[in-house]
Amino acid sequence: MSDSSADIRYLRFLKPNGELDKDAPTGSHDPNEIADLFRRMLELRVFDSKAINLQRTGKLGTYPSWYGHEAAQVGVAAAMKKEDVLAPSYREGGVMLCRGVSMAEILLYWGGDERGSDFAVPRDDFPYCVPIATQCLHAAGAAMAFQHRGESRCAVAVNGDGGTSEGAFYEAMNIAGVRKLPVVFVVINNQWAISVPVAAQTSSSTLAHKAIAAGIEGVQADGNDIVAVRHCMREALEKARKGGGPTLVELITYRLGDHTTVDDAGRYRQQDEVDTASDLEPFIRTRKYLASKNIWDTQLEEQFLEQCTNNIEAAVNNYLATPKEAVEQMFNHMYAEMPESLLAQRAHAIHFCDTDKD
Amino acid sequence: MAQLSYREAVSAAISQEMRLDDRVVFIGEDVAAAGGVFKTTEGLQAEFGPVRVRDTPIAEQAILGAAMGAAMTGLRPVAEIMFSDFFAVCWDIVVNQIAKTRFMSAGQCSFPLVIRSANGGGARFGAQHSQSVENWAMAVPGLKVVAPSSPADVKGLLAASIRDPDPVLFFEQKSLYGTKGEVPDGECVEPLGKAKVLREGSDVTIVGLAAMVPKALKAAEILQDKHGISATVIDVRSLVPLDTTTIFESVSATGRLVTVEENPRLCGWGAEVSSLVAEELFWDLEGPIVRVTTPHIPLPSADALEDAVLPSVDRIVENVVRLAD
Repeated sequence: MSDSSADIRYLRFLKPNGELDKDAPTGSHDPNEIADLFRRMLELRVFDSKAINLQRTGKLGTYPSWYGHEAAQVGVAAAMKKEDVLAPSYREGGVMLCRGVSMAEILLYWGGDERGSDFAVPRDDFPYCVPIATQCLHAAGAAMAFQHRGESRCAVAVNGDGGTSEGAFYEAMNIAGVRKLPVVFVVINNQWAISVPVAAQTSSSTLAHKAIAAGIEGVQADGNDIVAVRHCMREALEKARKGGGPTLVELITYRLGDHTTVDDAGRYRQQDEVDTASDLEPFIRTRKYLASKNIWDTQLEEQFLEQCTNNIEAAVNNYLATPKEAVEQMFNHMYAEMPESLLAQRAHAIHFCDTDKD
Repeated sequence: MAQLSYREAVSAAISQEMRLDDRVVFIGEDVAAAGGVFKTTEGLQAEFGPVRVRDTPIAEQAILGAAMGAAMTGLRPVAEIMFSDFFAVCWDIVVNQIAKTRFMSAGQCSFPLVIRSANGGGARFGAQHSQSVENWAMAVPGLKVVAPSSPADVKGLLAASIRDPDPVLFFEQKSLYGTKGEVPDGECVEPLGKAKVLREGSDVTIVGLAAMVPKALKAAEILQDKHGISATVIDVRSLVPLDTTTIFESVSATGRLVTVEENPRLCGWGAEVSSLVAEELFWDLEGPIVRVTTPHIPLPSADALEDAVLPSVDRIVENVVRLAD
């Protein structure tokens, strides 16, 4: 798939060689700010690899890694305001962490505990959406509520490249376009939907082109460029906040890992493709840039990683020490007030659960 | 008391709730300027304006997905799916998302929304616009399911559904839209989850829903007049929650149960009622439980054929007489 086209803007400011384009937008030239974002990216990477290890050692359920998506995830979150609403797909745990969801909550979720989606913060963000692309519709609905109340808030739905083939994705862009809803549809194009490459997903020359039929703006950015991602998202969010309607933002990156921990990407894609993508991944260029500004080096990174590892270990311990959900929990959150028929079924379940323990 | 039609009661309920609560919005296809294809929502856009009462694109997933997101963000949406058959194109949003997300978020998210839909046959609309799908909805954990039979219940139960903190699928029977009845003046709210005894009898309990209720009442008259059989008629009104107390009390007294269902026979709502009665009241029964249903086929378009398959007054009478013998 081409990175650019006559109709669609393509943004890249931080080049793969670590050089920041002199045309980079004002507000993106402060290396300390980039260093802050880079630390976030590092934290996500360490957490991600820890989560995979937990799955491999039987301490976590199936887990979808975001390896390679760190700049896209941190950039999306960095552009959002606290009061905005995130509607994430299952791979967006990194964005969620940046929004204030705790590591222990993310681990609880992937450990099979529904309480992982009862966030302490941010209360208004939506839980993980595992069905494909339907979170785009939910985000349109949130935007409808903001518009209804005249609030200056935006909804952000994050979807994958495969999700752009779903009817829900088109329906969401279409209704958001016709109502000028304050919503941004982010597509993290990581080139692979499980085993299906983008070329087998669509004949559209870019995924951002899919905005055109909905009458909304489509824009592409290098998803491995933290500066471009954040800028592109800021533009789209600002436009939405001012009543300019939705934008489709395609962030081009690469899924360096497997689809999930139960997948083996080696069965369907070539290593040389992965090697090429690895050269373009987000950490190399950001590190080079920060080093060129003399504010980052190996020692600083090692110190930071140690700190990260400690934080993550604490979160893992917290997760592993969380008492298992009681059997009644399954029933308690079915309705605001439990119907009688369910009360009886709950009593039954508790009874048999107790019997099993004897 | 005012005489309202079943269809007028729909807009009466929505407008009552929209006046009381700014968070209530109403979306659907052709619901605004056109007032709904069944004219159930006439005047709503004129009164509440184009922001609160809005037409959507022809996109059922968008209607329900957006209603879901809006409910999670503080609105109380009422969404219309024009024909209940169309639930099939957006069932994922209902079943996998609206119904499950309170459970999956350990209560963080709630879904105070109503999905209204024109359900059932009798209007010669053919197989894809006539199904009774209330039993699909009943099979989904996490939903509430309501189907009124009278204008008063349309108003009271729809108002209660809009106020309810959980998602309600509200089935309006399209063959009843033209029927009229007394509707109380002023604010009208009828609690969900309560069946209503419409006629008291001692020999048999006939349990019906929506369009089957007036047929059951008519059958009860004939049973009394021509056969000397005294029948209780119960309008179930709410499939979830199901008012088993009212049904059990009556069946314990009469010893006989007949369900009258418009949905296709297999796994119709009456099968659940029958199973509950068989399990709880087996020793009180004086005969087999009988289910009068539409056969397990799609509804035909032809009037004579549609009339032949939908439960009729005569079929109800015949089944009850055979049971009582």
